[in-house]
Amino acid sequence: MTIAEIFETMDYGTAPESSAMAQAWLDRHDRAFGHFIDGAFTKPGKARFDSLSPATGAQLASLTEATQKDVNAAVAAAARAQKGWADLGGPGRARHLYALARLIQKHARLFAVLESLDNGKPIRETRDADVPTAARHFYHHAGWAQLMETELPGYDAVGVAGQIIPWNFPFLMLAWKIAPALAMGNTVVLKPAEYTSLTALLFAEICLEAGLPAGVVNIVTGHGAVGSMIAGHADVDKVAFTGSTGVGRLLREQTAGSGKKLTLELGGKSPFIVFDDADLDSAVEGVVDAIWFNQGQVCCAGSRLLVHEAVAERFLDKLKLRMATLRVGDPLDKSVDLGCIVDPVQHARITRMVDQGVADGAVLYRADTPLPDSGCYYPPTLLTGVEAGSTLAQEEIFGPVLVTMSFRTPEEAVQLANNSRYGLAASLWSENINLALGLAPQIKAGVVWINCTNQFDAAAGFGGFRESGFGREGGREGLYEYVKPAWQKSLKDAPEAKPAKLVETGLGGLSGIDRTAKMYIGGKQARPDSGYAMPVVSPKGRLIGQVGHGNRKDIRNAVEAAAVALGGWQKASGHLRAQILYYIAENLSARAAEFEGRLREMTGASAKAAATEVQTSIDRLFTAAARADKYDGQVHSVPLRGAVLAMKEPVGVLGIVCPAEAPLLAFVSLVAPAIAMGNTVVVVPSEIAPLAATDLYQVFDTSDLPGGVVNIVTGHRDELSGTLADHYGVDGLWYHGSRDGSARVEKASAANLKRTWVNNGKALDWHNPTQAAGDALLRHATEVKNVWIPYGE
Amino acid sequence: MTSTSVETAQAQGAADGTLPVTQDHGRFPRNPGMPLDLDVVASVRVNTSAVERRAATFGTRRSVKKDHQAAWLLRAISLMDLTTLSGDDTKARVRRLCAKARHPLRDDLVEALGIADLNLTTGAVCVYHEMVETAVAALEGSGIPVAAVSTGFPEALSPFHLRVKEIEESVRAGAQEIDIVISRRHVLTGDWQALYDEMATYRDACGSAHVKAILATGQLGSLRNVARASHVCMMAGADFIKTSTGKESVNATLPVSLVMVRAIRDYQAMTGQMIGFKPAGGISKAKDALVYLSMMKEELGRDWLEPDLFRFGASSLLGDIERQLEHHVTGRYSAAFRHGIS
Repeated sequence: MTIAEIFETMDYGTAPESSAMAQAWLDRHDRAFGHFIDGAFTKPGKARFDSLSPATGAQLASLTEATQKDVNAAVAAAARAQKGWADLGGPGRARHLYALARLIQKHARLFAVLESLDNGKPIRETRDADVPTAARHFYHHAGWAQLMETELPGYDAVGVAGQIIPWNFPFLMLAWKIAPALAMGNTVVLKPAEYTSLTALLFAEICLEAGLPAGVVNIVTGHGAVGSMIAGHADVDKVAFTGSTGVGRLLREQTAGSGKKLTLELGGKSPFIVFDDADLDSAVEGVVDAIWFNQGQVCCAGSRLLVHEAVAERFLDKLKLRMATLRVGDPLDKSVDLGCIVDPVQHARITRMVDQGVADGAVLYRADTPLPDSGCYYPPTLLTGVEAGSTLAQEEIFGPVLVTMSFRTPEEAVQLANNSRYGLAASLWSENINLALGLAPQIKAGVVWINCTNQFDAAAGFGGFRESGFGREGGREGLYEYVKPAWQKSLKDAPEAKPAKLVETGLGGLSGIDRTAKMYIGGKQARPDSGYAMPVVSPKGRLIGQVGHGNRKDIRNAVEAAAVALGGWQKASGHLRAQILYYIAENLSARAAEFEGRLREMTGASAKAAATEVQTSIDRLFTAAARADKYDGQVHSVPLRGAVLAMKEPVGVLGIVCPAEAPLLAFVSLVAPAIAMGNTVVVVPSEIAPLAATDLYQVFDTSDLPGGVVNIVTGHRDELSGTLADHYGVDGLWYHGSRDGSARVEKASAANLKRTWVNNGKALDWHNPTQAAGDALLRHATEVKNVWIPYGE
Repeated sequence: MTSTSVETAQAQGAADGTLPVTQDHGRFPRNPGMPLDLDVVASVRVNTSAVERRAATFGTRRSVKKDHQAAWLLRAISLMDLTTLSGDDTKARVRRLCAKARHPLRDDLVEALGIADLNLTTGAVCVYHEMVETAVAALEGSGIPVAAVSTGFPEALSPFHLRVKEIEESVRAGAQEIDIVISRRHVLTGDWQALYDEMATYRDACGSAHVKAILATGQLGSLRNVARASHVCMMAGADFIKTSTGKESVNATLPVSLVMVRAIRDYQAMTGQMIGFKPAGGISKAKDALVYLSMMKEELGRDWLEPDLFRFGASSLLGDIERQLEHHVTGRYSAAFRHGIS
């Protein structure tokens, strides 16, 4: 075309970014790679697979499929390096992380071009988002390394971290995984996704340039089986995974009972909510950033558009107009909005889901967007007429496909938003600060963006609720995923929880009138569904009482009561919750002698020991009450004119399975912080000594504790914890029992990916406040939600 | 004044011949305006942070290179209101400016770019009233219209009847475009009726000369006010809305421009009328011009890359474009003294 002709058409033409330097880098490695283990690249192995360009289908390089032997070597190298790396100290590690950040910046364009070639995402995004955000992650965590000793006293590195990352943000996810792990003194074995391993290998080279000690970072390539080898390796102490919910579940099951720490950052079906008082044009751009960023292959993509009925038609008109100007094409063209879908397999999946949805009645809209003749491209797609319960509205499509529904009221918007098994992110658009800030806490999502979307920063935590996984990446909250309390290594095995043999039947030995210990559900005493009672036997074998033999229906009823109570209890102010906890302490204190007697009877404790347990329990209630209005969130410092509020929210309905020992103190130590943070709980008290717990409900009844906040179900620990672990309506489960029981709980929790805290058969020292009244409990009782609030006129 | 009276006044003007009626109104019918609809004003929502984020992407989402860049820069020249608004303007100075408007590029560059047939000129020349006649004479036969800034430019605080009179004088002197300045106080006090009436009166006084409404956005306090003022001026019959006089401390910016073009899009959706946009002040680099063109194409479409719907108000932009074009032709970086000054 001549200049005069272009003057008329005013086309953009093409603005290709050269891939010459990236190609040269691949050539320097003969386009064949081994792994990066113990500070050196291994020779390319025999079993290989191709890394392809999704834009052209061309082979970029040949990669090595790791064997168990390779994984063993990588883990061994990481394990060897870990002590030295941790002992280097925070400031020593900070210098290494700083060097990595600098080198990423120096090679920024090479990373950006290589990523675009390998993944198919637009060079504009790798250049302006992925790579700078990754560098920022290393800078930020260089700072955390520097400060670890002062900011996280009493915490140690976890050890060797096995990290498995996805193909949608290959290099950025590497940064999210490696930077915090290294900062906290861990060493890593990382497996990039099989589609997109090249920038990880370039990063390995950068580690050499930076002089990182051998073994601190190890990278092995391969398919899912390699990830499984890493997660299953006995010497891996921590597994961090970003990817699909399906694989997340498998990893939860695989690591169950291993004692490995686990964080999962999984899928989503995040709502994008537009109110009638929103800046509609800006919200349209928000949609573009939400679902057409990275071809919609974003775990937190705003893929469910919920629009206020009053503006729905107008908004969709505006959106359709905007869709007409989206450009799809060569990822290396600087003027495209969308590049390629990562692989034909994904393309086929998107196509199948959309076709099925349309066959089921959804209405499809696409602008007349030209696509390149070849290459793995999918056009921006809008689906209307989608039912809330349909596959399209519930399942993650992971492509540039938006489904839309309308709502009438803010309340209905919240209902629709939360009508999902996922809970990763949400975007709210309204110019009304009351509406926006009022709704943010009601949405089940780890990240809420107000009048913006897909904002990320190293200083703000990212991660999900529900089946979007658990754990946070970024911010102070993300650091705890890579540390463990120093006292953890000295924990002893939990005592056997076998009841004494009944030798003396009959309750005749009791003074006074026989008391029937019932269950406590929804603020009322309840008889067991089974109609059976279980004996409570003193250590000497004397029958001292009976409790209900709880079964799955009792658990069901208790969870239901807890769920009903949750709404009001989590909204109650910290001050009010504190008042109630103080009141419970007051009433327990008034009946101290009775509880001491009960403890002595059940456990054979000395008078002094029993008195100490009661007094310490009262102290725990005071501590929890004190914390109720002081476990504050944070305002994160991100590069944005605005605020990011890291709010601490209750997990929700918590199951608490108490240990056999310390029947009053352990119960109170666990329940008090849980309810102080706004959770409602279903508690299974000590199986062998449950009467102190059942005595407590009379204390609760006289202390203004709303019904349903604490529910008590007595019975066999592992039977009841199984039902709790299986229950879809239980958001979190704390289990203090056996090693096997811990494994069963973790395994069963995979069904809805509830948060679990299990003791792996190790007993906390319930009298030690660092262990039994420390901030670790509060962290288990809360989830951090990051609310992004840009502001300014 | 209502829209009906705007139309009536126009029709009467055409009928009694007191105002020029033969001008080319571009490809589309002129905006007749509409009654002031305060619901539209009240429903304005602008989220500043979101607007800034979108505005920041125009320069990164699109990139024009090589021949395309050259063509786009030539397009920018054709959309330029080459401007001098200085107290020390003289007739000779204005004639030199007009010569540059007729002949913005060196002949060898025109030749090398293969665009001789385009007969490239700037979109208009923009001067104060005193210089209108000189400019009209200097541009005779070129087809380049003369735009006059008016209504007590830049502060708009002279007596109202004189401001109206000034328009009429400039139109009589041959100005085909009148760049009026709104009374910022009407916006700042929320007196939309007063703003509407003022604008409608100015439009009326312009007759068939096109009227550009300068909002002086740097003095309106918020992007929401920019959007509201844009809507009111369009409802009152403005043919163009324009950011700035070039004399405010903050002039054309991308966020302000984005808010105005979105208002134009909404007005089109509401009335079917296509309103022009003119960013002015502070656009001095070729790269900036490309970003603005990209914004117009993305937000409003190809139609808005024509002089009847888009203008740059600029005095030094042309010089930078000439240097870029010489670089395109020769591969050598250029220097200012190699191009005729305006």
